[in-house]
Parts: sequence; structure tokens; C-alpha cells
Amino acid sequence: MICMPKPDEATLARRAQIVDALRRLLPGERVIDSVRERQAFECDGLSAYRQLPMVVVLPSTTEQVAAVLRFCHREGIKVVPRGAGTSLSGGALPLADGVLLGLSRLNRVLDIDVANHCVVTQPGVTNLAISDAVRHLGFYYAPDPSSQIACTIGGNIAENSGGVHCLKYGLTTNNILGIEIVTIEGEVIRLGGKQFDSPGYDLLGLMTGSEGLLGVVTEVTVRILPKPPTARALLIGFPSVEQAGQCVADVIAAGIIPGGMEMMDKPAVHAAEAFVKVGYPLDVEALLIVELDGCATEVDDLIGRVEAISSANGASSTRISTTEAERLAFWAGRKAAFPAVGRISPDYYCMDGTIPRKALPRVLAGIREMSERYGLGVANVFHAGDGNLHPLILYNANNPGELERTEAFGGDILKLCVEVGGVLTGEHGVGVEKRDLMDVMFSAVDLNQQQRVKCAFDAQGLLNPGKVFPTLHRCAELGHMHVHGGQVPHPDLPRF
Amino acid sequence: MTSLRPESLKDLQDIVIDAAAHGRPMEIRGGGSKRGLGQPTAPDSRLELDGLSGIVSYDPAELVLTARAGTPLAEIEALLADKRQLLAFEPPTWRKLLGSDARTPTLGGTLACNMSGPRRIKAGAARDHFLGFTAVNGFGESFKAGGQVVKNVTGYDLSKLMAGSYGTLAALAEVSIKVMPRHDESRSLLILGLDNEAAVAALADGLNAPHEVSAAAHLPPAIAAHSALSAAFPGTPITALRLEGPPSSIAFRAQALRELFAARGQLVDLQEAESERFWREISEVNDLLPGNDRAIWRLSLPPSASPKAMATVLRDIDAIGYYDWGGGLLWLSVAAQADGGAAVIRAAVASSGGHATLVRAPDALRAAVSAFQPQPAVLAALTRRVKDSFDPKRIFNPGRLYQGM
Repeated sequence: MICMPKPDEATLARRAQIVDALRRLLPGERVIDSVRERQAFECDGLSAYRQLPMVVVLPSTTEQVAAVLRFCHREGIKVVPRGAGTSLSGGALPLADGVLLGLSRLNRVLDIDVANHCVVTQPGVTNLAISDAVRHLGFYYAPDPSSQIACTIGGNIAENSGGVHCLKYGLTTNNILGIEIVTIEGEVIRLGGKQFDSPGYDLLGLMTGSEGLLGVVTEVTVRILPKPPTARALLIGFPSVEQAGQCVADVIAAGIIPGGMEMMDKPAVHAAEAFVKVGYPLDVEALLIVELDGCATEVDDLIGRVEAISSANGASSTRISTTEAERLAFWAGRKAAFPAVGRISPDYYCMDGTIPRKALPRVLAGIREMSERYGLGVANVFHAGDGNLHPLILYNANNPGELERTEAFGGDILKLCVEVGGVLTGEHGVGVEKRDLMDVMFSAVDLNQQQRVKCAFDAQGLLNPGKVFPTLHRCAELGHMHVHGGQVPHPDLPRF
Repeated sequence: MTSLRPESLKDLQDIVIDAAAHGRPMEIRGGGSKRGLGQPTAPDSRLELDGLSGIVSYDPAELVLTARAGTPLAEIEALLADKRQLLAFEPPTWRKLLGSDARTPTLGGTLACNMSGPRRIKAGAARDHFLGFTAVNGFGESFKAGGQVVKNVTGYDLSKLMAGSYGTLAALAEVSIKVMPRHDESRSLLILGLDNEAAVAALADGLNAPHEVSAAAHLPPAIAAHSALSAAFPGTPITALRLEGPPSSIAFRAQALRELFAARGQLVDLQEAESERFWREISEVNDLLPGNDRAIWRLSLPPSASPKAMATVLRDIDAIGYYDWGGGLLWLSVAAQADGGAAVIRAAVASSGGHATLVRAPDALRAAVSAFQPQPAVLAALTRRVKDSFDPKRIFNPGRLYQGM
């Protein structure tokens, strides 16, 4: 298990005064003090880690957020921001001596501006609600993480969330025009707006994916896109994952960028089919879903080209959607893959590495070998188009030692991802989960540079400490650290 | 003037360590084509990065290319074209605009200045294609960030900070970018005769229709007169929308756009060669806004606000200009007297939350007017702290972005 920073005894000792002070800043109902109610916030989507927060506050205006942060900054109290709490990396894991700052009450869509191709919302609006708000006008918001019915746009910015359509339409960072943030000092700053590419450092781009360590997002301007007139999908079965992987590479090499291109291996296909019964072929080793969108002429043409490429790679079965209901049925199994795996195993642990596509066969073989070595099953779900893997490790938390073995297995998978030229996390974030693996990918010098950027925003390290960085340095120390051969002094510095 | 030209990452690091130790500021230069951009800066030392050149890795099926930062942009584009791929952000060179025609734009310089052309509205800016890098910061440390895969949220996205930093944070040594398949074919639909308000509304309608318009611009008559198209369409404003893709798809979408705009004005199809020449004019600016003695401004603002901003500016100063990015980008040519229109232009964009950059002007004007829209105090202070987190001794391009930084 990963350790969090040791709670500050002095802060814990004055908990009652802190709660009182927060109550004075916010109307009483928005400060949650009782153990029973605080329990609702003790974990996010990474439920293996739980911690009761010191106190929960739910402000409903930017001014209230600023007031809370100003108070915490002055008093030296840690703050953990939280959207809907769907993070799969523990990004919203509370701290025993920290204020949990929930943004769920900032939940209004403020402005639908079709002439400028954007929507302005508060951060607590869910991802799907943005698309819902503009659907009647023929638009949608492109990034679509699997949790889109629950996850908030503020959380999407913190994590730079992806989804099945980001191969063609980009991640959150490519679809945000502007944000309003509150700094830990309680200052309100607007970055970007309804226009493109503000001069000065791209702090909008930096904030996106910064996991709540740099500031709190209180307003968001997203780009909206016209809905493609046609979308159709192919469901293609292969006798081996290697052939499916080669098919993916050949589609991209042919100059085709599908709206989505997903792969599932046999265990994932079986779990999904047992759960949603949409007619997935059960005799295949790998299943591809390839979705093409655009005008009807182009989609028809691309369907034919993808079908030819899959045949050339030895596809054993191909179905092409002819109705919208059929296309949605193809996706239903994929979208339900995580809960489907949840039905066949008491617990599962979802990993999130990205690799160069060409390394797929090698990584899958490696995962198979590790699965045997660790004695734990694994089902693989991939955003194949962009090389983002989600191995789901099957385990039972009630068996002593099994979670630890699962985490070691997951760590080995991510190390392999980095070894083949990939990265630790494609879309779930580092959070708590991958924090101690950061030095697999980055040197001490690399991490120090990132932490100096953190210091520019939050010199006392009060915002979401214990996430992303394996070692906490004092900012003053980072300012004039001498590094020799990639090694900082005191490599034995304690990790919490 | 000392010129330092590293040929390896180690050289670069040694040079920066020495400069940091002596507190000696340096101008970072790739090919030198964009020296005229930003605030004038003239430190005694110059760090020439064109020696760090060459492709490191490129596998077309991965849609990722890694190259040393000083690699000429033209070399990258030729290599990609050979594999039927391209830089989707369509970077302009502005060589004629900036009077650096003999210079060679580099990939690193293109990213550091976040250069993006007409396709920005559909495909994103340079910043959206910048995946990762190795650089040397002002401490003389070689560090890396990001990666060589498209989907990556491991650590802060420092590539975004480098894009548009004008070399003020670190010296880029090696960069990884996302590349995209090249479209089979490209052509444009012109609408003739629209005034500015009607044109920007038409561009918005085109972009809001699901026809994947990849560029959208409008030239008022005074600007259209300088386009190569003026021979065929003299005296008329030109509004243009570009389509890219497979031929059958383009034919279908072009017909849909024709139906959408049937009642708005005379419609003209522009075939591939003419279309490409037209969008190069839009992207490279200099043909459309001639006159080397004039000040050139680039305004980014919400598209629907741009006709009014244009009208406000034209009411008060001697200017001409045109619209790109569906109206979200305004190019203005202004007489280079007094403040070159700075006060009027910046006031006109401020009400809509936009910003104005002085791209080119005579030296005296550049010295007197901030190239970039001034920042509110709180943001300016944060900007300085970010600068100091990379380069506390302020040895890289001092003053290039903002004075005193």
C-alpha cells in the first residue's frame, strides 16, 4: 500500500475551531462535520484506498471557493479538491488533516454560445450533461470518458480525461477554450476564454491534467462540435491478438483515423457478453470495434476499406452495423466491460498504460506471463487506436496479501509499458496509485522541474499533497538544488 | 556578440551551466526566421540551436515523430509528405512577413512560438500536437517531460508551457510531435459579395454544420484586391470555406455547403491548386497586407465579436484587415505612426476577452509598444513565478515575452 503524508497533529488538535471558521465562511449546511456524512467522501473510484476527511465543504460560488482557500492558505491547512469522485487513480483521496473541497454544487450550465462554438459551465456539471444541453441544437462535447454520466467537467480538466473518441477528437486539453481558477491564496484568475491561444505561458494547458495540485477550477469554457451525420461501426473478431493489433496498425497506416477503435481480449469479451448479451463472438481471441463517422458517402467508403484491411489480417468474423440500435449494441459490451469484469471477480484493479501501437504483441505476451507468475487473472480492454491499455487484474481483497500482489503485478505492467517507449498513465492520472512509479519514467531532475512548477502555484504545498510526486521537497530547497548525474543529494530522503 | 553553437545535448548543457554561473543572458535562435517576433531582445550572447538537427525517430503507423529541435521545418514537412502525412496545425513561416526570407524555420522554433495556420480551427494549434521534449533549463539541467505517445497524462503537461514560451523557459533539444494522415484532396467554396457581418455569420454557419470545414476566412474588398484571386473576382469581398478528404466525401460536402449558402451570394468552387495558393496567402499574411513600413497586428477573439471589433478599429485609425479562423482571428495592417494603433486595438479586443499581438513593426514602435497583450497583475505575478521555476537567473531570451522577465 502507498503511504500518505503523516497528518499534522496541530491541525487535528484544532479541528473544531477550523470547522467553526469554515461554517462562518459558508452557510452551515455546506460544511459537513459528522462522521456518518463524511464517510460518503472517504474514497473515489480507487476504492482500495480510503481516508475520512477532516471536514468536507461544498461551496456554491467562486467567491466561497476563494474564501475557503484564502482561509486554508492563511492557516496552513491542506486542501483536496473533488468533483464527482470518479477518479481511478485516487486523485480525490481525502487527507485526515485536510479540507475536502467538493465542487458538486457549482453545477449550472451558464451559457450556450453556438455562434462561438462553445458552452460555459460551472465545474460540477457532468460531462454528459454538457452534451445533453446542446443535443437539441445538433452539437456535442467530444471527450467521453466511460464515467461520463457521473464525472464532472472540473474533474475532467484536473485529469485531462480521454474516452473512446479521443483518437479523432482529442483529449480534454484539446477541447477546452478557457477556465477560471482560484489559487491557493484565494486569487481568481481567468485563463483563455471564448477565443484561441492566449499569449503568455499556456497555463490553461498546464492546469489541464494537473490533478488538483495547482489550483481549483471554478468555471469552464468548452468547445462544442456539430454531431457527425453518420456513424457506423464494425465488430471484427480475430483468432489472435497479434492479428488484431496488426489490423489496427494497418488501418492507421492507410491514413484512416476512425472515430473510435477499441480492442478486447477473450476474457473481456466473455465477461461483457455474459453481462449485456449483445451477440459478441465467443470463439475469438480478440475483438475489435471500429467506428467511422462523417458524411454517409465517406463512412460507406471507409467501412469497405477497413473491412478489406481486417480480411487481409485474417479476421474470423465481421459484422457491420446497419442501424443506430445495432451500432449502440456493439458499443454496449465495451462500455460495460468494467462492471462486466466486476461480475466475474470479487475485485478488479484497472491499469492505464499507453504504449506505441507496434509494441502491443510484446506487451500482451508480457502481461500473460506475469498473470501466470502472480497467479492472478487478467482481462484486457484497450483504446487500441491510441495504444492506451486497460488491463483489469482480477483479485479478491478478502484474501490476505492479494491486493499487494495485484499492485505489484500492476506496477510490473506499467514498468513494461515504459520500457517499450510508453508511459505510466494515458488518461486516469498518477494520483496516489502510480505516484511511487514516477521515477520509472522520470529522473530526479525531471521531477524536480515539475515540482518547481508546483511551487510557482502553491509554495506551501497545501493543494492535494501526497499525489503525483513520490517525494515532497520544500520549495526553497528545490530553488537551489545541485544535481549531479541525475542524482539529487539525499537519495535516501524518506518517502511518506 | 558571442555566438555559441552546441552540437549535442551535452554541449548545450555545458554552455547553459557556464552562462548560468556567470549570469550571462542569451538569445536562443533556431533558424533565426522569427527573431522579429515578440519583444525586441539583444543580449550579448546568442545560443544557436541549428546544430541540434536531424530526425531521431519516425514510424508513420505510430503517427509520432521525434526530431532534434533545430531540424528545419521544411525537412520535416518533406519527410511527412513522402509518407502521405502532415503537420495538421499547418504552421506558417511568416518569413516574408518578418523579412527573414533567407532564414530557415526550425521545428523547435515553430513549437516555441506556437505557430498555427488556418486549420487551427479544426485540428488544433502547435500546442495540441506537442507530445514531449528534452530541454535544458536555466539551472543547466537537462530534463524531459511528456512522452512519445499521443495519450499521456503522466505528470504536468510541460509541453504546453513550452509552446508559446518564445524560448524564455528552457532551450529545447529534442521534441516529439503528433503527425496526421494527409487528406487525399482539398478544395474550397467561395461566397462572393458578403459584408463583414454577413460573412462572419456565414463562416459560423459553415463551421456549425457537420461538414468538417477545415478552414474559414473572409477578405473584405480592400484585402481581396491583393489576393491572386482578384484577377478572376475583381472588386468583391471573398468569403472562403475549405474542405479536405476523399474526393467522394468532398463532393458530397461541397454540395451540402452550396445548398446551405445558396441564397447568400454568388458561389464559386476553387480547385486544389488555387485553393492551396489562397490558403497560403491567408496563412503567410504578407501578400494580403503589403507595405513593409506598416504595423501588423494579430487579434484573437470570440468569432462573433470580430466584425464589431474591426468596425471600432476602422472608425478610429487608418487600418485594413481580414478574418481567419471563422472570424476568431483578425489580421490588421495599421499605419506605424504614434503607438501603431495599440491603444485603440487593445481596447477593442478587451471588451470581448480577446487579445492583440503586435507581430511586425518598425524597431522604434516595437521598442515602445508591448508585443503581447498586457496581463492582469495577479496573472503577471504567476507568470513570473513560472518563469523563475525554470530560469531564475533569467538567462533565456530576457524581455522577449514581457519586459523585465
